[in-house]
Amino acid sequence: MIETVKHSTSVAEKARINPRSGVFAWFARGRPTKPGETYGVPGQGDTMWLSVVSILFLLFVWWAITALGLVKPLFVPSPQAIVAKFVDVWQNGFTNTSFLEHVAVSTARVFGAFLLACAVGIPLGLAMGMSPVMRGLFDPPIEFYRPIPPLAYLPLMIIWFGIGETSKVLLIFLSVFAPVALGARAGVRSAAIEQIHAAYSFGASRWQVMRHVILPSALPEILTAMRVGVGFGWTTLVAAEMVAATKGLGYMVLSASQFLQTPTVIMGIIVIAAIAYAFDLLMRWIERKVIPWKGKM
Amino acid sequence: MGLNIKSASVVFPAAEGRPPVEALRGIDLAIAEGDFVVALGASGCGKSTLLNLIAGFLAPSSGEILLDGRPVTGPGADRSVVFQKHALLPWLNVIENVAFGLKMQGVAEAKRLAIAEDFVKLLGLDGFQKSPVYRLSGGMQQRVGIARALTCDPKVLLMDEPLGALDALTREKAQELILRIWNDTGKSVFFITHSVEEALFMGTKLIVMSPRPGRISHRFDLPFSRRVLAGEPARQIKASPEFIRLREEVLGIIFADEEEAA
Repeated sequence: MIETVKHSTSVAEKARINPRSGVFAWFARGRPTKPGETYGVPGQGDTMWLSVVSILFLLFVWWAITALGLVKPLFVPSPQAIVAKFVDVWQNGFTNTSFLEHVAVSTARVFGAFLLACAVGIPLGLAMGMSPVMRGLFDPPIEFYRPIPPLAYLPLMIIWFGIGETSKVLLIFLSVFAPVALGARAGVRSAAIEQIHAAYSFGASRWQVMRHVILPSALPEILTAMRVGVGFGWTTLVAAEMVAATKGLGYMVLSASQFLQTPTVIMGIIVIAAIAYAFDLLMRWIERKVIPWKGKM
Repeated sequence: MGLNIKSASVVFPAAEGRPPVEALRGIDLAIAEGDFVVALGASGCGKSTLLNLIAGFLAPSSGEILLDGRPVTGPGADRSVVFQKHALLPWLNVIENVAFGLKMQGVAEAKRLAIAEDFVKLLGLDGFQKSPVYRLSGGMQQRVGIARALTCDPKVLLMDEPLGALDALTREKAQELILRIWNDTGKSVFFITHSVEEALFMGTKLIVMSPRPGRISHRFDLPFSRRVLAGEPARQIKASPEFIRLREEVLGIIFADEEEAA
């Protein structure tokens, strides 16, 4: 009898010492899934409400810090000040240019460069995927310039192409071009060899296989690359509008920062982020419409 | 006439410290019009290499492959292929997939859809013309693949383990369906499988292949598919003593090859 009690105590003690029990084990162990989910698929589950909570929490912390006067408004203006600044710029413009014109100018630069990069980068990427000659010729220059920060070659752009629109659009173009071209190149590998062989066995020519099998298979990768690419475009916008710009969101942020107008800086940043996010949502919607089959076969 | 393979060999050159591999040696095979030739063998015996040779994806190192007396120089619609899986185009619906081969051959849209419609019905896919192929079951996807290859009106239909990914019940139904279509269309078929039972049941001729080097080690003429088409129930044939005796004989050959390898 005594032996038994002793025994069970020692098991309980072991369990307490064992790191595989308690809170750690609760997090670490696999749990059965709910109906409709697949056991073991990483990261499944709805994130909508957590995202809302996350944003509200950050806004609250921001508001609390400013409302308690912990930081001077010069460094961190209150959320209300940002909204007020937005309304002010919306109504009165910024440096004699209306808000919408700033937005339009920047959007035109980014999307102009983006469309140009797609028009050149996607065909070139596909050609690099299809032909070892093209890959051999174009891989070194693209891989060489790709990791260089646009700010580093901005002076060269200005020396070579002047301070007009050309150098600005070209700078953004270069930042979008590499990811788009490399995405298209990788996409060429998406078609299953069975799909390609089947098409040839039905009498397709090399060109037809390219057009009707390889290109459609590459679409998911191309669209993903376009999403990544346009993100790089927005990232480069402020750099592009650093020199000799009188309009644009990047210009607005930079010149406001020179006059320590922190609310305008933050407002401009949020506007840039909002436009980029809206475009990403549009791209995701296009993905669902154009390639509903993505990842299904 | 038909397809003639004359002492074809394939040697893959040495690479990365491996010696050259003799994938096929001295293959002689004739596939006459209306033949259903089944290739069976342990893995690595060169079945798929042989199919690639006939399809024109691979050129023989020596020997020749003649179709109706003309040498095969590359892939073409007279030898369309059905693969085990991954060969359908998910951005096209069922009827577009079936009509795909004809599109590659430049057949006008109205005509190719009309032809495709016939084969969709022949394969029992009526009502699914507009369905996305990725929503279909494995068995139906495979029927789309077969319909698509048939629209090309090939002289020889090449099938690379077409039923290998199907569950047992679907597979037995598909076997009979393929036999019926083979009988109706009068096509020659070259069919690869891992299943001895399937091979005996479907073929008019069976070649058993052995590895290292890949070669045809045994040939059998088979009566069973004719009996199915004459109306005898499939399970009755597969359970008959002569079927079982032959099945064990062929299994014995393949197991001997496997043991030799191990």
